[in-house]
Amino acid sequence: MRNVLNHLLRHERRNAWAAFLLAGIVLLVLPFATDALLGRGWVRIMDFALLYMMLALGLNIVVGYAGLLDLGYVAFFAVGAYTYALFGSPQFGLHWPFWAVLPMGALFACIFGVLLGAPTLRLRGDYLAIVTLGFGEIIRIFLNNLNAPVNITNGPQGISQIDPVRFGSFSLGSSHSLAGIVFSPVHLYYYLFLLFTLLVIFVSMRLEKSRIGRAWMAIREDEVAAEAMGINTRNIKLLAFAMGASFGGISGGLFAGFQGFVSPESFSLMESIMILCMVVLGGMGNIGGVILGSVLLVLLPEALRNGAGPVQQALFGKVVVDPEALRMLLFGVALIAVMVLRPAGLWPSAQRRRELVVDDAAIAEQEQETVYDAAK
Amino acid sequence: MSILLQQIVNGLVQGSVYALVALGYTMVYGILGLINFAHGEVVMVGAMVALMVVQLLITSALAPVLVLLIALLVAAMACMALGYGIERIAYRPLRNAPRLAPLITAIGMSIVLQNLAMMIWGREYHPFPALLPHSPHLLFGAIINDVQIIIVLVALAVMAGLLLLVHRTRLGRAMRAVAENPGAAMLMGVDVNRVISATFMLGSALAAVAGIMVSVNYGIVHYYMGFMLGLKAFTAAVLGGIGNLRGAMLGGLLLGLIESLGAGYIGDLSGGIFGSNYQDVFAFFVLIAVLVFRPSGLLGERVAERA
Repeated sequence: MRNVLNHLLRHERRNAWAAFLLAGIVLLVLPFATDALLGRGWVRIMDFALLYMMLALGLNIVVGYAGLLDLGYVAFFAVGAYTYALFGSPQFGLHWPFWAVLPMGALFACIFGVLLGAPTLRLRGDYLAIVTLGFGEIIRIFLNNLNAPVNITNGPQGISQIDPVRFGSFSLGSSHSLAGIVFSPVHLYYYLFLLFTLLVIFVSMRLEKSRIGRAWMAIREDEVAAEAMGINTRNIKLLAFAMGASFGGISGGLFAGFQGFVSPESFSLMESIMILCMVVLGGMGNIGGVILGSVLLVLLPEALRNGAGPVQQALFGKVVVDPEALRMLLFGVALIAVMVLRPAGLWPSAQRRRELVVDDAAIAEQEQETVYDAAK
Repeated sequence: MSILLQQIVNGLVQGSVYALVALGYTMVYGILGLINFAHGEVVMVGAMVALMVVQLLITSALAPVLVLLIALLVAAMACMALGYGIERIAYRPLRNAPRLAPLITAIGMSIVLQNLAMMIWGREYHPFPALLPHSPHLLFGAIINDVQIIIVLVALAVMAGLLLLVHRTRLGRAMRAVAENPGAAMLMGVDVNRVISATFMLGSALAAVAGIMVSVNYGIVHYYMGFMLGLKAFTAAVLGGIGNLRGAMLGGLLLGLIESLGAGYIGDLSGGIFGSNYQDVFAFFVLIAVLVFRPSGLLGERVAERA
């Protein structure tokens, strides 16, 4: 018996390794397959999917784990992006290396996270939502207007000619070839983003299981009870803001290096809302769900963009309604439909699933017992 | 002095519009505890429907004021139907779902309505014909025109009517009962679903009134006009204490005043470093400051520890 069990376990481990290896190969080959099948544009979209995945996982810490509704998350993305832009562009003539600027962006975002978190610790639920929303808008308005009296952010024009990510003399901004395969910048950034995404996923997974992660979830479920259990709710909540913010800052820096251009327009309230939709639609608090949500919400609008015009052409022989409007309309309908059909998200965490399935028999039994106790 | 008074007049006019929209947010929040993100879009639809009616009737022999009244009636009815539909489609199926699920459907609703409006009415700015007299009056050195006076008066009248409805009628009592405790209200024989529908319709009718006020005041209607207005109104509702009717009125008027005074004086206060383009920053800073010291808004009751 024992031998069989051991054998099975070893077998399982081998399967797990095989699955890992397979997933790794798929992820490595994916950009080239996409390039060949769908075109270069889709590789770029995949890059963005990875960026949004990082953002959604960062927001998941604040909203999914700690249960703090943040509607201004894009502000941290903006702080990271502008830090990278200011220290690596002709704006100030600074060209600091990527490995120095990226952590700095994360640090600044982290400081802003604490700045936002500290005064709002006493706020609950939707009051917190509106304050974070206001915070996001404040950051955006400052970025938009800090071109006078001293020009810092270059105002609505934004900052251009940002240095690409560069390791020594190896720049991700130009094509390289290795063994006859040409790696264009979108491919190179794909691998960089993939690396960072895997790192973020790993950190998220470890956090979820850690003492801190369990403290966050305790606060989410019942703050008073958590405090009574000896959790320092103030510090733990600040930590959630700071962690989430620094993830946002890192993605922001990567975004700036990838795009080579940042402007306040990229950091509107709608972006915050989109990231929140990814988290909630996919399944709050569940890493797999959040990844699924971000991939879907990046790919769906793009697929609709390519589909909305031609399908109308095929159906009616002409374009009846504005494809851009139709695309967003269908997107909104999809948001509503998914949430109505699966209120806990597409792939909810195991705990949330349990909460939602109400066991009627157990409740009836419990009530009966209470009645019985009362009669006694 | 006259500049100060002028800014106060402008702030009051803008604030009455905010207050009317904020009432819609706060009523829904009070009863269902959810942010109806699509409410700003209802304002826009109200303005658009009113514009259609006005364009249809403007060539007729009817008096301009009558045209506007008919437009108001039609827009209010359209918005009430829309509010009812929004609740049925996006919120009712999620009554017992996790708290954030209805927020996402609300966002989806908002996107759908915006893009539907863009399909129907196009992307361009539509001029709204001037149906009311615009003649300016001098009031202690500040200029106020007829439209602005009418806006403030109508807003006050509507708010008074709403308070009467909520505190003096059967429907109002049912609304308060459901807000207090839906389960207990149901046991007392209140048809909870009907009360919730009525609340949505009432809020939407107020949104229609606000939409027409904005279009008459600025003379422009646009498919995107609801988004920012809705956001400001929601801010106002939170400022006053969300879920509280008087709070929404106070918050709306205050936010209007803060904005216009901020736009007028922020330059002088900061020694010329910040211009009027920072007026929203100023408004949000005031909001944050108020919430830091009164975490449940100006008139809000203390929220139970578990929100």
